[in-house]
Amino acid sequence: MVSRNLVLIVMILGLSQISRAQSPTYGVGRTPTAEEIRKLDISIGPDGKELPSGHGTAVEGAGVFLRKGCFTCHGENGSNGPAPTLIKSDGKTKSPYPCLNPCVNDSNLMSSHSPYATTIWDYINRAMPLTKEGTLKPNEVYALTAYLLYKNGIIREDEVMDAQSLPKVKMPNRDHFALAPEWKHGTPRLQGYP
Amino acid sequence: MSSKLSGRRRFLRDSAALVGLAAGVAPSADAQMSHSEAPPKDDKDNKDLIAYGERSRYVKSVRIPVMERMSPDEFGMTFHVLSPLQDSVGMITASSLHYVATHRGSYVPDIDPQEHRLMIHGMVDRPLIFTMDELKRLPFVTRAHFLECSGNRAKATHKTVQQTHGMTSCSEWTGVPLSLLLKEAGVQSGASFVVAEGAETVKGATSLPLAKCMDDCLVCYGQNGEPVRPQHGFPLRLIVPGYEGIHNVKYLRRIKVVNQHYMTYNDYGHLAADSRVAALTRQVGPKSVITFPSGEQKLPGPGFYEITGLAWSGSGAVRSVDISLDGGQSWTPAELRSPAYPMAHTRFGFHWTWDGKECVIMSRCTDELGTVQPTRAEIAKYWNVPNDKDLQIKGLDNSVFGWRVASDGSVHNGLA
Repeated sequence: MVSRNLVLIVMILGLSQISRAQSPTYGVGRTPTAEEIRKLDISIGPDGKELPSGHGTAVEGAGVFLRKGCFTCHGENGSNGPAPTLIKSDGKTKSPYPCLNPCVNDSNLMSSHSPYATTIWDYINRAMPLTKEGTLKPNEVYALTAYLLYKNGIIREDEVMDAQSLPKVKMPNRDHFALAPEWKHGTPRLQGYP
Repeated sequence: MSSKLSGRRRFLRDSAALVGLAAGVAPSADAQMSHSEAPPKDDKDNKDLIAYGERSRYVKSVRIPVMERMSPDEFGMTFHVLSPLQDSVGMITASSLHYVATHRGSYVPDIDPQEHRLMIHGMVDRPLIFTMDELKRLPFVTRAHFLECSGNRAKATHKTVQQTHGMTSCSEWTGVPLSLLLKEAGVQSGASFVVAEGAETVKGATSLPLAKCMDDCLVCYGQNGEPVRPQHGFPLRLIVPGYEGIHNVKYLRRIKVVNQHYMTYNDYGHLAADSRVAALTRQVGPKSVITFPSGEQKLPGPGFYEITGLAWSGSGAVRSVDISLDGGQSWTPAELRSPAYPMAHTRFGFHWTWDGKECVIMSRCTDELGTVQPTRAEIAKYWNVPNDKDLQIKGLDNSVFGWRVASDGSVHNGLA
């Protein structure tokens, strides 16, 4: 009962605060709790401000790669498996699997192509292991990210990846990409293109 | 009442037999009778007639997986499946034949709409969370929009229009404007992008310019008169009119308002070194294709045929479509045979009397901005590269495409 009253007080306080800001038109939907937002918000931007605390190294990541069974889909060395290539192949071994379309290897490899290391953290955390996404602990995601960055020659084996160091990793494609121009209603996709 | 009905039926049957006679078709009164008067054979027939209708068993048109990647794949995932455009009529694609693409491989989730939520948060004054019922209380719009996968690219190895152009389809979508939801949450100054995220296995996410979200994006629960189907994003999906398919996030569960491009897994795959290429991989250019006559169809002989096909543009409505019967040497306007809505498939038709000689037929779309669908030669010239078989068209390939009609009436890929 006490807690219900408390909730009511918090709600009234919250409402009075909202009414001071520009008010909504329809008032449909409710305000999520901070905890609800925290649980659902898995987006990690390039500046890494949403990264959780925790840390990991390539050595730890090699262990996670085995323990979590990543190798069963991505191949023992992060290539030549049925799933997208994670680590540049030595070029000597030929994959028994067709490269999935869109073919993710070499220049299209996430470690080579994404300008930010945060993309790797974000994707492992949101999507892997397949059908068990969301089960990896932050330390495991940091370790796996460090492992992939090390194996692709981007960081040293002993570098610790955490919320501070990961956004600072200089990715090979950091200065070699362009975003689409600012979008405006009623403009062709590319001015001057036939 | 029943005697009246049966009398009317008998009249219809006799008339049908007469029509058959007049048309020179061998009449079969027994056959006519069995078609018109047979009671439903079993429970399945009754269910079909009453609960949820199926098409005729004589109609065989189906989707097929893309040639380049099998579906289901090594993981039992369906990747991309192609719509049978060669059989398409009108401007709307049946939901059951709409092309399907997944966010680089994911399973179709089984989502209980009672449990599904959409959260809007990030750089907003009032984060909001909606149930499906709450979303349906809000003002909605219904609009026809096409979707097209960025990989919808004709290759010389393709035989049919399903293979060359089958990764585009058009539906009537119903939902709440994303701008309404964003205004309700109160977007803060400094915001420039949103990250939209789905609830499927890989939590597919994409970065979108805030300007586009405020312009015409829709948060849709309806498709072609019924709830969006699971393979198309049930219970809720984002429609980003005119943008490449991957931006149209299915199983939409979260919109985060942010101050920069977030470079998700789906975003980085689109990166290019050149901003011109980046522009060509976002909004779809004016495009069209002839669906009849098309690859592997056969004209029985010289005579009248209605050439028909689809045209669309990511920049607005289709203004006009031209047809060439001589491989692009000369062009004649076609007629638009459906409403030309912004960012929607538009059906065109063209009267044609084939003289039985080999020819290459092509279509060319001009959109409301006056942008004309380019030929491969024009694209090669723009990039200053040779116009040969190896020409790799950057971004979504919207080049003019032709079908070669051979003198025996067989129809072949013009690139082959």
